[in-house]
Amino acid sequence: MSATSAPLAPAPPARAAAGSRSAWRSHSGALGLGLSTLWLSIIVLLPLSAVVAHSLDGGIGAFWDAVTTRQALAALRFTVLISLATALVNVAGGTLIAWVLVRDRFPGKRIVNALIDLPFALPTIVAGLTLLTLYGNRSPVGIDIAFTQLAVLVALLFVTLPFVIRSVQPVLIELDREMEEAALSLGARNATIFRRIVAPNLVPAVLSGAALAFARAVGEFGSIVLISGNIPFHTQVSSVYVFKLIESDAPTSAAAVSTVLLIVSLVVLLAIRGLGRWGARHDR
Amino acid sequence: MTVSRPWQLGLRVVGLAYLALLLFVPVALIFYRTFEHGLGAVWESITTPAAIHAFQLTLEVTLIAVPLNTLFGIVMAIALARGRWRGKGLVNALIDLPFAVSPIVIGLSLVLVYGVHGWLGGALTDAGIQVIFSVPGIVLATIFVSLPFVVREVTPVLKEIGDDQEQAAATLGAGAWTTFRRITLPSIRWGVAYGVVLSVARCIGEFGAVSVVSGKISGQTETLTLLVEKRFSNFDIAGAYAASALLALIALATLLAMTAIKPRREEGDA
Repeated sequence: MSATSAPLAPAPPARAAAGSRSAWRSHSGALGLGLSTLWLSIIVLLPLSAVVAHSLDGGIGAFWDAVTTRQALAALRFTVLISLATALVNVAGGTLIAWVLVRDRFPGKRIVNALIDLPFALPTIVAGLTLLTLYGNRSPVGIDIAFTQLAVLVALLFVTLPFVIRSVQPVLIELDREMEEAALSLGARNATIFRRIVAPNLVPAVLSGAALAFARAVGEFGSIVLISGNIPFHTQVSSVYVFKLIESDAPTSAAAVSTVLLIVSLVVLLAIRGLGRWGARHDR
Repeated sequence: MTVSRPWQLGLRVVGLAYLALLLFVPVALIFYRTFEHGLGAVWESITTPAAIHAFQLTLEVTLIAVPLNTLFGIVMAIALARGRWRGKGLVNALIDLPFAVSPIVIGLSLVLVYGVHGWLGGALTDAGIQVIFSVPGIVLATIFVSLPFVVREVTPVLKEIGDDQEQAAATLGAGAWTTFRRITLPSIRWGVAYGVVLSVARCIGEFGAVSVVSGKISGQTETLTLLVEKRFSNFDIAGAYAASALLALIALATLLAMTAIKPRREEGDA
């Protein structure tokens, strides 16, 4: 689903619209723009600003206290570290799978290729249950990793599987093989060709896929909630911690931790846009 | 770069094994576990009144959220691809927020606006409207999480096809609506269709945001994904599997639709 790589992928800089348009058109365009911006504001911006505003209800001191409790810090640290691990495994695994899907030929490849998007289409709670069935206490193969940090990693790897693959695949397809052949004819070995020609061309795509996976992992909830066991200081991630705060009627603390998560999302979002620009320049 | 045969086989085996352990075997196993005790039990479990209501509610919410976001998506995509206006870069970035923000934060954000103590809570209570722990809250959460899909699918298509034909139509005297209906819409229809399929899958599958705002009242505010979780927590494992298998089938249907639409979408205006 290119959509899932596309959504966060930044659009190339807008071309200046050529020519002029009738007044009628620009009026209807302005109306459409106004209404759709209003929709975006009501649906997305108003609620998110409520989170930020509410997090400061008790003053900056209360905000700081809420985000620096031992449990909040432990959850945040675990979330960031496990998301980084997820991104790293995806860099290796995703690039490898993209390579196999583009450069290798084997029966059933088209089906495998289509199934890569399944984690995006499958509800996260079903993903969690699915993994628990194979890797939980009723595991038919005797592997029980439920309620461990490894289980959280597996769940995150499941839901983020397509990001790097779908971002690297098109680049690998477009990659000019003549460069590789030229290098080969000049006596370069495979390792050298990969290091000097293939890898540099893939870096922007791999990084933006990894950043998408990281962003997704930081906020993930549904696939983790069943399999993590939600053990404080061990397998509790920030999103589940926030959920517990909401349930125990501590909305101000929940809003404070959420604001920190929002800031993390924003930073990653900006990083992805930056990476996209860099990738676009790299193309030229 | 041509890798040697052993390398090629090695990479293939490692890649496919990774996919099998993480994705193929678990998903196959859930179908096996669901149907190992026969079809009858599964059928009973997905036709209980609570399950039927959950299915209907999920469908209802999707049928409200997807058309609204499709309309928004097309209009916003045209504004992003064709217009020149101040703040475009900012709006373009903000559209991605629902992808980057945790579903739990999304749920909380709606509680803080529409909940009893929220910004609009007082006014809504006075008017006798309940949003949180009720269907409107679920609808708002679903619209939030599925907002970017159509915009993100349609904008690149619009940029790709350019506006030559639209300008020609305008020169020949076609109004804005006629130009849109006769020129723009036919060339973006597969992009729109792809975005709609993704939105539908996301709406049906949303769990985190919905679980914060729904209140999980069986037969009233319980969607299919919430039903899976409740049955699992109540140790009705077979019931949880049955509802999961139903959702997994919907996901597979989504993949089929995506695979069917993708090549046409890539042809653009052909």
